[in-house]
Amino acid sequence: MLQLPLVVTARLDLVLVLVTLLSLWTRLSGLGYPGAVVFDEVYYGQFLSLYMKRTFFIDDSGPPLGHALLALGAYLGGFDGNFVWNRIGAAYPCSLSVWSLRLLPALGGALCVPLGYLLILELRCSHLSALGAALLLLLENSLIVQSRFMLLESLLIFFVLLAFFSYLRFHNAPGRCWSRYGWLLLSGVSCAAAVGVKYTGLFSYLLLLGVASLHSWKLIGDQAQSHMSVCVQCGWKVLCLLVVPVLLYVFWFYVHLSILQRSGPHDQLMSSAFQASLQGGLSRVTRGQPLQVAFGSQVTLRSSAPRPVPCWLHSHKANYPIRYENGRGSSHQQQVTCYAFKDVNNWWIIKDPARQELVVDSPPRLVRHGDIIQLVHGMTSRLLNSHDVAAPMSPHAQEVSGYIDFNVSMATQNLWRLEIYNREAESEEWKTIVSEVRLVHVNTSAVLKLSGLLLPDWGFRQMEVVAEKLLKAHSGSLGWTVEEHRYGTSQEQKEREAELHSPTHIDIDRKISFWSKFTELQWKMLTVKQEESEHKYSSAPLEWIAMETNIAYWLHPSSNAQIHLIGNPVSWGVANLSLLAYQLLAALYLLRRRRGFRDLPDGAWQRFASVGLLCGGGWAVNFLPFLLMERTLFLYHYLPALCYLYLLSPALLEHIHTHLLSSRTSRHMLAVCTAAVLLSIFLSYWTFCPLTYGNPELTANQLQALKWRDSWDILYRRR
Amino acid sequence: EVRLEECISQWHKTRDSSTVRNRKVFPSPAQTHQSPITPESKIKRDDTPCSNGSSGDFSARASVDSPNQLLLIVVTGLSFATRLYKITEPPHVCWDETHFGKMGSYYINRTFFFDVHPPLGKMLIALAGYMTGYDGSFPFVKPGDKYEHHNYWGMRGFCAMLGSFLPIFAYLIVQELSRSHTAALITAALLIFDTGCITISQYILLDPILMFFIMAAVLSMVKFNQQSSRPFTAPWWLWLVLCGAALAGALGVKFVGLFVIFLVGLNTAGDLWRILGDLSLSLVDVAKHFLARVVGLILLPLFLYVLVFAVHFALLNKSGPGDGFFSSTFQSRLIGNNLNNVSMPEYLAYGSTISVKNLRIAGGYLHSHWHLYPEGVGAKQQQVTAYLHKDYNNMWLVHKPDNDKTPDLVRHGDIIRLEHKETTRNLHSHLHQAPLTKKHFQVTGYGINGTGDANDLWQVEVCGGRRGDLVKVLRSKVRFLHKATGCVLYSSGKTLPKWGWEQVEVTCSPYLKETPSSQWNIEDHINPRLPNISLSLLKPNFLEILLESHIVMIRGNSGLKPKDNEMNSKPWHWPINYQGLRFSGVNETEYRVYLLGNPVVWWINLASLGLYLIMVAVSSIAIQRGISLQQKRLGKFQHSDILTGGGGLLLLGWLLHYAPFYVMGRVLYYHHYFPAMLFSSMLTGVTLDTLLRNADLLLCQPYSDWLQRGGQMVLLFTVLYSFYLFHPLSYGMTGPLAHEPESAMAGLKWMDSWEF
Repeated sequence: MLQLPLVVTARLDLVLVLVTLLSLWTRLSGLGYPGAVVFDEVYYGQFLSLYMKRTFFIDDSGPPLGHALLALGAYLGGFDGNFVWNRIGAAYPCSLSVWSLRLLPALGGALCVPLGYLLILELRCSHLSALGAALLLLLENSLIVQSRFMLLESLLIFFVLLAFFSYLRFHNAPGRCWSRYGWLLLSGVSCAAAVGVKYTGLFSYLLLLGVASLHSWKLIGDQAQSHMSVCVQCGWKVLCLLVVPVLLYVFWFYVHLSILQRSGPHDQLMSSAFQASLQGGLSRVTRGQPLQVAFGSQVTLRSSAPRPVPCWLHSHKANYPIRYENGRGSSHQQQVTCYAFKDVNNWWIIKDPARQELVVDSPPRLVRHGDIIQLVHGMTSRLLNSHDVAAPMSPHAQEVSGYIDFNVSMATQNLWRLEIYNREAESEEWKTIVSEVRLVHVNTSAVLKLSGLLLPDWGFRQMEVVAEKLLKAHSGSLGWTVEEHRYGTSQEQKEREAELHSPTHIDIDRKISFWSKFTELQWKMLTVKQEESEHKYSSAPLEWIAMETNIAYWLHPSSNAQIHLIGNPVSWGVANLSLLAYQLLAALYLLRRRRGFRDLPDGAWQRFASVGLLCGGGWAVNFLPFLLMERTLFLYHYLPALCYLYLLSPALLEHIHTHLLSSRTSRHMLAVCTAAVLLSIFLSYWTFCPLTYGNPELTANQLQALKWRDSWDILYRRR
Repeated sequence: EVRLEECISQWHKTRDSSTVRNRKVFPSPAQTHQSPITPESKIKRDDTPCSNGSSGDFSARASVDSPNQLLLIVVTGLSFATRLYKITEPPHVCWDETHFGKMGSYYINRTFFFDVHPPLGKMLIALAGYMTGYDGSFPFVKPGDKYEHHNYWGMRGFCAMLGSFLPIFAYLIVQELSRSHTAALITAALLIFDTGCITISQYILLDPILMFFIMAAVLSMVKFNQQSSRPFTAPWWLWLVLCGAALAGALGVKFVGLFVIFLVGLNTAGDLWRILGDLSLSLVDVAKHFLARVVGLILLPLFLYVLVFAVHFALLNKSGPGDGFFSSTFQSRLIGNNLNNVSMPEYLAYGSTISVKNLRIAGGYLHSHWHLYPEGVGAKQQQVTAYLHKDYNNMWLVHKPDNDKTPDLVRHGDIIRLEHKETTRNLHSHLHQAPLTKKHFQVTGYGINGTGDANDLWQVEVCGGRRGDLVKVLRSKVRFLHKATGCVLYSSGKTLPKWGWEQVEVTCSPYLKETPSSQWNIEDHINPRLPNISLSLLKPNFLEILLESHIVMIRGNSGLKPKDNEMNSKPWHWPINYQGLRFSGVNETEYRVYLLGNPVVWWINLASLGLYLIMVAVSSIAIQRGISLQQKRLGKFQHSDILTGGGGLLLLGWLLHYAPFYVMGRVLYYHHYFPAMLFSSMLTGVTLDTLLRNADLLLCQPYSDWLQRGGQMVLLFTVLYSFYLFHPLSYGMTGPLAHEPESAMAGLKWMDSWEF
């Protein structure tokens, strides 16, 4: 058998190699310059530091994979997390390897170019078209700028292109070849990665799912195939494109949560149970607390309302003013508020109304769902009370006070019924951290609640607590959780005060499952709303199409050298033109086909349609949703959509060349025009290079000459 | 071939109305039709002429007409009875009656007002009130006010009448789409006995009027589709024109009417696409079809819509609470407005007291007040905003920079200082970011008693003027250029947060392009030393007024932002009937009405949606896979056609009336779901009927009929019984609340979130 010589045949697409090298050169050369924080690096950087210190954080801007990849680069570069990311332009210390921070995004950005090349080939276009797409991507200044810094868009685009490329590889491979499922799997993985880097990856993922289901629908209609084989193929698609991405997405969170185990600045946003699972922070405070609340327990009660800030039920030695500013009267009893800081005045004691003792019996008598309790304020011994007096800021609700007997025939109404609303059984015990409870006022059946309003100066600007009768069910502002807890042992007030001042301590670890952590974190990420305000460089989606806006990324501290996110205006125009041309052409073809004119052979029509579906559709799904978003948006949000247009342009040109132009001369004309356009693309790339690489420095006049549009903000240093 | 079709259609029609005995005459379809049915796809394609054209069909239709009419009469009777019962209860203002009743009064009194909705609905309410003797004197101050001797029943009755048409329209639509009385009856029953539909129809609200037009449009569209085999005949034109008129009506009541316009638009586009592909028609015919639709569905509605506005502006000719939202020229046509037949000094002069209005559409007056910008928002100086209402704080004094008191006229290019009359601060700007538009500079009030600094100086520029030109009051477009920074006074149109009293932001823009946002107009001008001259303003033309009022309405709509700390209704709450709206009454002693859908009906709707998707998926995969359905009943293709055709249309209607709310930024309420609910109920009728008809997939012949009948009966009785349980929601509850055992509604509070 071994008669043949052992032969290795290698085929190398030299053009592909060449564009890859060029792309690596344009994206990677001089990566360490500038050695200062550039634009959003200041934002991602803070999470990088937290990663290095393994401190928990929550960022609503995107899922954790993107941050984790950036952190990986920093980790490999030996970053220790000790850098204060406070302003754009701050110089990095010499110990920090800037190069390694920026390497991964730059590599991702560089590999987009060969991927674009391959993707065009998979769309059954010629190598010349593929080269055209690669050149457009290669010479796009905005893609270069976005790739060269510690930002996420280039990674997003890379994964999206990879997903489409591998899916098309799978689709185009002959049916019997089993290795094609490898490509399908790769496609699913890159989809998961794209969504994991930024939520906007979801748009492309949905498009890919749409394309895949269209193909599956054709497959179902193919009656030459057996039911079995159709089922198996559809099953594979579901597995690779739905199940795997979802699992991987969860896996990113698993990695995220297993790396970040220490408590940090964003703890307060999470539930008590979540906080207790982190090292340090609440878990240090609550470690070893008794789990079940008993009569005589000393507790702090945290409101479950996430807004405006987390706070604890609080009272202090100050009474409500007799008359408010607007002339309404109050009960003049002791104030009860919600206070956003830990304080000894947050302690309350659970008292059995039938008995006088404020200590826990042994064995402890546990408090259960439905029990009637009184709450004694630890430091002032006032009982939590509510009555038919209008609350200070929300007059429709009842005032809540610490009862003081002024002898004005105002009876005490200090009994509260405990309702545990996440109970699993009736008569469940009240548990620390785990149970979310409602306190229902027995006399009026009003519910203790955080109104969300701030008291004025007389209330020390703490938050108002009221009792409100008509419960809007399941509103978060009604729930309270016991956070700190200990069994009271001292009967005397003085001893008790000392006891309240001492920290709680004993030792056990409380774990919650990964799933409940994942769902809580994901939910918080989607619902936490930060104050969105306009940014100096933010822009509206409609401004992106004609690039009426730019973003200044960095300005040299002393000279005029600067880096801007500005696209290549010529390529940008080519992209818009081709989109328009494609739409017109498609409309024309469709109308004519409907009337029975078959201008194109079926194969060519298929190709034309699939190019439009993928590239035009890709542009649409990555651009149109932004029109509906009420977020602060930037020019870089348009880059994924732009990449699709760069794939569309050469494919359309090839179509025009082969199917619309018949005469030799017109084809020659087209070739000449294309060459001229390519040349001008290169020239405009070259012109804007100083703003792309921040090097060399330009004079004010040269900068003025680069301001091609009035609406661009280019910075001049006044000398 | 033709005989076969007739036979099929006969067989099909008789199935619904005939008795079991009658059907037994036919041999089991599995045997008879197996051999001749091979070209079944052909029958499927030919079914339109089959049900419309042939004479055999007409005779079949005639025979079923009488039960049809009987059913229709029953539906009509029940519908009116349920809606008109207790129409005058409670005799006080309920919920949004306070707005729409008040606006009805405005029409009767011919007072100008502003509302975020187009005027048709309120005009109809006013008309109904006027006809029934309401004199417009009731103030409608707040919910709960007693009507006493005022005639309010006419307005309520009118809304209830329109609301009563909804089940009837639904019945006809479903019958047309599914050709099944049962499906139509199920739909009508769901709607008649839905407490939510009853409640929302019984009060002075826009929703019953809106839904009336929506359903009328859908009905005419469906009828029009039915006529597609006989284009350009009288009924064809009739339905086309009716559809167009109903669309205009829907849009004229609320902008939600746009959704039904989309629905009709998509349907028409599909229809035209079909006509285009019909190669037996010449291009001229295609063009005729196209033009007919342009006329009927675009031009006619547009004309009617504009007509509604023309009537609106003609009716309201007295000054009222809505004046400040509109431009100076617009105000000048309102009787009683200070700009009507105005007389003031003609040219702007130093020492004058003026108010300055921004020229962008619905731009406000330059305004300031005794409040500072909060910490962290630029410099902590006095706020300067744009305010839409006339107010004493809109007044400014014009000074020379050097406080020279010599009387003089202001000219193009002059440097002036604007002093706020009430607080004596100067209009000021500096290099701090503006609060919302970060690219612009902040504008503040600075200094005291008119003494400030160099940042208080502004250069006056008349647009299109030359150096030395005088500034005409009311007629010149003026720009104010900040001397120190070179920026121009600008109104961004963005609403400031709470600290700015939700007034509009004013900035100083470094971009000097001339836009209406940076142009201002001197409106009031008081100067005792100059003679007052009567100024006749150019009357604005109608199109300008129309455009202006639309921009004001759209801005008003987007300004209805949800407030923090308020429980907001979310779109996902609606289909599950999560939480209703309190129409009247809070306490135990009061007469309480709670807008909440009949939960049984709504949950049936929800379940049917899922069922529908499953059924369509199964049937279309089977067809795509080419699984032969011959041995099953012949009607199968009919059924899958009804599901994808009629059902698809209804599903699209539901989606169009529901999905857009997910991306709306404005504050949402439960009652926004009602138009979508109508579509969902119609879809339920079609789905459940088709499901029951396919009972023979499970059981053999006689049992499957029993199952079908039984299913229909159970469905009807469930709906009826649930209505019996929940009717107090609509017709009023008194006594203790539902969570207490002695309440009439005890045990019916199935979800904690319901508040009755």
